[in-house]
Amino acid sequence: MSQIGSSRKFQMDRMNPFHTISTWLSFPFIWLTKLFLNAIGIVLDRIQGWIGVDRMGYVFVLPNLLIFGTFVLFPMLLNFYYAFTGGTNIFLDDRPFVGVDNFKILLDCADYLNPNTCQEDLFWRSFYNTFGFVIYQVIATVIFSLITAMALNQKIILRGFFRSVFFYPVLLSPVVVGLIWKWILQRRGVLNAILIAFGIEAIEFTTNADWMRFWVIFISTWAQMGFYTLILLAGLQSIPSELYEAGQMDGAGKLDSFRKITLPLLMPTMFVVLVLSLIRAVQVFDQVFVLTGGGPGTATHYMVQYIYRTAFSNQARFFGLAAAASVVLGVILFAFTMFQLWLGQRSEAA
Amino acid sequence: MTALTQFLTRRRFNGRVDITDVLTYAYLIFGTCLMFGPVLWLVMSSFKTEAALSKFPPTLLPFSQRSVVVEGYAEPLPLFLVTLEDGTQMEMAQVRRVGIEAQMVDLQNPSEIIKVNINQRSEINELTFAWNNYTQPLRMFDFVTYLRNSVLVTVLATILTLIVNSMAAFALSKYQFRGRNFIFVVIISTLMIPISVILVPVYLVITNLNMNNTLWGVIIPGAATPTGVFLLRQYMLTIPDELIDSARIDGSSEWRIYWQIILPLARPALAVLTIFSVMWRWNDFLWPLIVLSKQELFTLQVGLNAFQGELNIQWHFILAMTVLTLLPITVVFAFLQRFITTGIATTGMK
Repeated sequence: MSQIGSSRKFQMDRMNPFHTISTWLSFPFIWLTKLFLNAIGIVLDRIQGWIGVDRMGYVFVLPNLLIFGTFVLFPMLLNFYYAFTGGTNIFLDDRPFVGVDNFKILLDCADYLNPNTCQEDLFWRSFYNTFGFVIYQVIATVIFSLITAMALNQKIILRGFFRSVFFYPVLLSPVVVGLIWKWILQRRGVLNAILIAFGIEAIEFTTNADWMRFWVIFISTWAQMGFYTLILLAGLQSIPSELYEAGQMDGAGKLDSFRKITLPLLMPTMFVVLVLSLIRAVQVFDQVFVLTGGGPGTATHYMVQYIYRTAFSNQARFFGLAAAASVVLGVILFAFTMFQLWLGQRSEAA
Repeated sequence: MTALTQFLTRRRFNGRVDITDVLTYAYLIFGTCLMFGPVLWLVMSSFKTEAALSKFPPTLLPFSQRSVVVEGYAEPLPLFLVTLEDGTQMEMAQVRRVGIEAQMVDLQNPSEIIKVNINQRSEINELTFAWNNYTQPLRMFDFVTYLRNSVLVTVLATILTLIVNSMAAFALSKYQFRGRNFIFVVIISTLMIPISVILVPVYLVITNLNMNNTLWGVIIPGAATPTGVFLLRQYMLTIPDELIDSARIDGSSEWRIYWQIILPLARPALAVLTIFSVMWRWNDFLWPLIVLSKQELFTLQVGLNAFQGELNIQWHFILAMTVLTLLPITVVFAFLQRFITTGIATTGMK
């Protein structure tokens, strides 16, 4: 039966002109790929003859290492050097060594709690903006992903559909996310129309600093929580159901089993989510850049935008200052990563 | 009596519908609206004409006012439904509006102008899809160029990432050579170092290699992803060494083992990495924004951002182009969503 079916399908494929054409068109590509791979093969086989099987590992790891070294490792070290040089030229020969001047400029403040008293006040504004953003956004992300994951973990109909819906915004590009919400939040946008329909006065969101700070947090959570929901859902599903059954037999209510079974066993996953979202949040830039451009004023101007602006979008390109700010950002990220490793080890030991 | 109702409800719902179920569904449905609503609103809006977009409050569906060509007038005139003094209603075309009074003509008798209070007329709307929003940018702007650039970057970068990462993963999982663990640790330790921290030095490397303002400058730096190496290595560790040993006994060269045994067996992991890479590259914004300053090299994301930054925002074009930008990712997601969600849940990475 299945044979008949497959042979008929085969005949239909043969008859489909598009399929025939695409088959014939794909032949040169397959042939070229094979040729290409064989050509590499000839070279590599020759090398293998010279150095022996055991050292072939070096050959295989080399291309990745070259790209990695050139564009990640070397720049990481170079960044420190940049942070100690001045001028506006990108090439190192034309950059005077200025010692810790860049850091002095960044960190020169009469009162660290008040950006107005700092020499580089934009840096400190960005720093505090980022700080505030990180705290609220991470808390919102963890709470809402947990609620969503718990809801999706119930015995519900259309579970796959709901899971996809909550995940979908994760796939959208930051530019698209920024534009969608810019369109919604504008003065004559749909949100204000809804407010008016409910008898509330329209609000000028885009020119109100506090409102935009709120919306930036909201939108970032909107765009990212699906990702963390998936991780938490995997964590929830790995909790054996026998535990809940045993809890039920002992007379535990839903709240009890959440507090005594779900939360403790989900803690390791929660930490992963916490740290990953922390690291993401510290780097907040693109969707906000599209949505607000850092404004109104400097209300949503964050650290990555400071680096971008100082090095690439100002008239004068202060690469050294930007590199120094990158070092500060890198130190913060490094601290979070270490924090994660420490937590991971502690939870493994426990 | 209470015992009776209890008995009835218990039988009716089989003891299964309780407050948590109701809350779960309420939350999920509300969440679906919140997650998918904005995207839906974007798509709906993208089909509206410029006139319909500027209307406030906005309509859900792309309605636009019907217009007719009236004898004696060059431009088509907008149609209104006018309520006359005696309560009858008739369709009339508006010639012009002066204050609260509109000068209108009866279609049967176009020479006579009738003055109507604007409160007595209402627009006659019809459902029209402004395909112009989609077709016009294709001709007026470099949209096709941006699209081509984005496709080129995504495809080439993904191929490069797959080849380079899989070769490295092969070496790191199947060979014993000095420095192997060191290389692996160095690669993994940069998992959490984002490009935003090393913007300045990478830009120098790019400039020195003459890759500034080329698509290669966007493609190559991100190709050696630590995520990809890690993902593929972990998967390749599960491939039994005996397979490789027996292939060696049969006289296969190392290169042949790599692309005829290891790659086909690692297909699930390669699929996950492919999806990730396509997502990363298609949505990438900050790095292309820095490398590409010539308009003919812009990717979709950078091009979209440039459009929305213009003084006179042409929303009707931007919305349509945003829809086109999110379309490919949405299609990929629709077909591969199981792959994506399980891939993320098992690796905990994006």
